[in-house]
Amino acid sequence: MRDLSSLPVEPVGPSDHVRGGSGDPLIIYAEFSCPDCALAAERLRASNASVCFRHFALAARSPRAVKLAIASEAAARQGFFWEFHDSLFADQSRLDDPHLWQRCELLGVDLDRFELDRRDPALAEVVAESATAAMRAGATGAPSFVVAGEIQSGFPDLPS
Amino acid sequence: MSIIAPGTQVPPFSLVREDGSNFTEADLVGKTTVLVFYPFAFSSVCTSQQQVYTEALPEITADGAVIYAVSTDPTSSQAAFREQLGVPIEQLSDFEPKGAAAKVFGAYFDPGGMTNRALVIVGPDGCVTWSYVADSPGDMPGVNLIIDGLAAS
Repeated sequence: MRDLSSLPVEPVGPSDHVRGGSGDPLIIYAEFSCPDCALAAERLRASNASVCFRHFALAARSPRAVKLAIASEAAARQGFFWEFHDSLFADQSRLDDPHLWQRCELLGVDLDRFELDRRDPALAEVVAESATAAMRAGATGAPSFVVAGEIQSGFPDLPS
Repeated sequence: MSIIAPGTQVPPFSLVREDGSNFTEADLVGKTTVLVFYPFAFSSVCTSQQQVYTEALPEITADGAVIYAVSTDPTSSQAAFREQLGVPIEQLSDFEPKGAAAKVFGAYFDPGGMTNRALVIVGPDGCVTWSYVADSPGDMPGVNLIIDGLAAS
């Protein structure tokens, strides 16, 4: 049984996915089948702000969300998290297995290893723990952002 | 309108279940009840709320609590909403007279003519143990607040 009592957002750590800019990363909780998350991700990418991506994938919200989050973690094991992230958000009309395999081929992700890693319970645990942390911090949907240590649902002001 | 305060015995009220039967203060007795007041079926925040709370149902109900969702929508709309989302949270309608039960709990939002975004936990003795109303009906309370509220009850 998960503990879902309130707990502040964990600071960005070495296991987080971080890219872009300088300064403290903006944390986004998101999931790959969500159109609003894709829009937010594109705005963040275009801004070149420093971003930390965390999964907020819930089976009750989307039948594909958890599976895609785990797939991105499998790609991350080969150093392709952000490439996979961008690829998924760039085309959310093709998110089934054959489309994921096609993305692997295009990105240079070793498909056999990807398929093995996707079935590793440790990656499912990573995704589940991220969602639990999001709920404990008060996240109510995807995307959610962390501003001054607090969860907010609206797109934040970015430093110019 | 202030949300009903902890320590208050829930006054008489009547809501309508999906099967058309009534849900009253008598249905609160003997178990811990979580009442989730939400503005409108099919609206975006309410959709997210039902989905996130569904994800956390094992934790919400772990110690025997029962959760219900309450709005001023008619039962047919609530049923369609629940079925479309595939969520198991039972819906209670406060359609006619509109918002009468929500007003008993202080969970009616007069400016919008709708149920406010509020949470009320009632103990097995029918007494409120915890309550919360959002700053705005558009602000969804995280499920962590329900868990905290149950722990404090």
